[in-house]
Amino acid sequence: MYAQMVKSTGEGVKSRDDMSPEEVAFQDKVDADIKIEPRDWMPDGYRKTLIRQIGQHAHSEIVGQLPEGNWIARAPTLERKMILLAKVQDEAGHGLYLYSAAETLGVTRDELTEALLSGKMKYSSIFNYPTLNWADIGAVGWLVDGAAIMNQVPLQRTSYGPYSRAMIRICKEESFHQRQGYDIMMKMAQGTPEQKKMAQDALNRFWYPSLMMFGPSDAESVHSAQSMAWKIKINTNDELRQKFVDQTVPQAEYLGLTVPDENLKWNEEKGGYDFSEPDWSEFFDVLKGNGPCNNDRLNARVNAWEDGQWVRDGLLAHAEKKAARKVAAE
Amino acid sequence: MAELDKTQLAQFLLRMGDNTLILGHRVSEWCGHSPVLEEDIALANTALDLLGQTQLWLGYAVEVQGEGKTADDVAFLRDAWDFRNLLLVELPNGDFGQTMMRQFLFDAFHSVLLGRLLQSSDQMVREIAEKASKEVAYHVERSSDTVVGLGDGTEESHARMQAALDYLWPYVGEMFASDDNDRAIAAAGVAPDPASLRDEYDALIGKVLAEATLRIPDSDFAHKGGRTGTMHTEHLGHILCQMQWLQRAYPNATW
Repeated sequence: MYAQMVKSTGEGVKSRDDMSPEEVAFQDKVDADIKIEPRDWMPDGYRKTLIRQIGQHAHSEIVGQLPEGNWIARAPTLERKMILLAKVQDEAGHGLYLYSAAETLGVTRDELTEALLSGKMKYSSIFNYPTLNWADIGAVGWLVDGAAIMNQVPLQRTSYGPYSRAMIRICKEESFHQRQGYDIMMKMAQGTPEQKKMAQDALNRFWYPSLMMFGPSDAESVHSAQSMAWKIKINTNDELRQKFVDQTVPQAEYLGLTVPDENLKWNEEKGGYDFSEPDWSEFFDVLKGNGPCNNDRLNARVNAWEDGQWVRDGLLAHAEKKAARKVAAE
Repeated sequence: MAELDKTQLAQFLLRMGDNTLILGHRVSEWCGHSPVLEEDIALANTALDLLGQTQLWLGYAVEVQGEGKTADDVAFLRDAWDFRNLLLVELPNGDFGQTMMRQFLFDAFHSVLLGRLLQSSDQMVREIAEKASKEVAYHVERSSDTVVGLGDGTEESHARMQAALDYLWPYVGEMFASDDNDRAIAAAGVAPDPASLRDEYDALIGKVLAEATLRIPDSDFAHKGGRTGTMHTEHLGHILCQMQWLQRAYPNATW
């Protein structure tokens, strides 16, 4: 779930009577699970909402490299270092697929990057939290990738073809990441008292931010209703959050760790856990830029972009010279 | 062929493995911070290849030593004076140009050396070289292209690449500075005497740097001490502070 609170048209779902013939035909295709492809006609709002959603997802992958990248140089064994490096590299790859999917909607990767760096576009709130001990690398894989998968698995069926195909590739890698994360947690939870303390500390800090990844309840949201009608959002935030909690609590128990929620209780009647809501005022603070790492994360991206300008210019200039020389030789 | 004692073979293997370990570590520092996504992915690939090779070289080194240690033990629990990597690979990343120039100067050496190791008298060395040489053939192709692209790019990119070459050049000579260990290894047919690789190396880099419109500095001065362990740069200690911290702080843990 790397896209949060994506705004749609804000006008709610149109009734069939209010739709133009093109819109009706479009909606029929979506309803019949026929994929929409880049050259097909699509409503303006659909295009814009998708650019926002896919763009936010792509930015989340790129910014998401940073908290885990923070531990590559300190990974405790050669194997752990390689696994982590490969994982963070996968995230760059996911960014690439997603930027490419967004480009099919008529926006360039550079435009999206500029929008991220200027603060016009967001990335997932979760990446504004710090990774403070080695178990955080396990917790990010287990909880953050776990929460992401909850949303991304249904998105494999999303109506927009290029997005759906990108999600299919991404999901394969994400579930591998989640298993790697859980593997670190197992080692830590079964390790020395200090390691176990790191594991519990990581769970304490990442539990509520992970629940926030799904976004606030959107049962009443007009944006979500439109996105669901277009099948670019498949489940409500609350449904996904419940599913995540139900899946994760037994895993925490297996690790011998305590979920930091006194109200957590199995509810036989609903067949799921009752649990405490995260502190939504904290969530909105993080979105406003007041999370623990917002400034560091954005500065890191801005620096990478600005420090890399001469490299991009240099390689482009060389490619042009080479092409000109080739033409001159012909 | 001359009989080789195991300390000499282990010394050679540590030199191979420490080069790939320290350079792999340095390159991995770029992850998430590169000028373009494609470069980020490519640099991570290079680092992954080098770290994979490290597992093989150091794994064989500890097997030869026969003291029951693991590759992780030697990577994470030795102090700077026991490291046998070239000074070149422990130098800071600097800007992207300096990183790629360092990579190119090492890749060229690495590819020439691994090519010769395919004929090593030691079967394990041959097998490792076989795997590594395929990866390094790609590394040198990529770093050459980048050095040419940036050297022959804009005025700024050219100036930065020339500055990188000027800074790194005094660390090139160490790659070819043979000692008694190298001569023993060469006599046993395990690896060539590094001094014998210089002509091929000069031809390779001469061609690429000319295409990059860069000038090779007019000095053959060489800083030394990395591969013998007599004097590393100040930078290595800082790499080890980061790399070894968890293993040092929690000595009885498994990860």
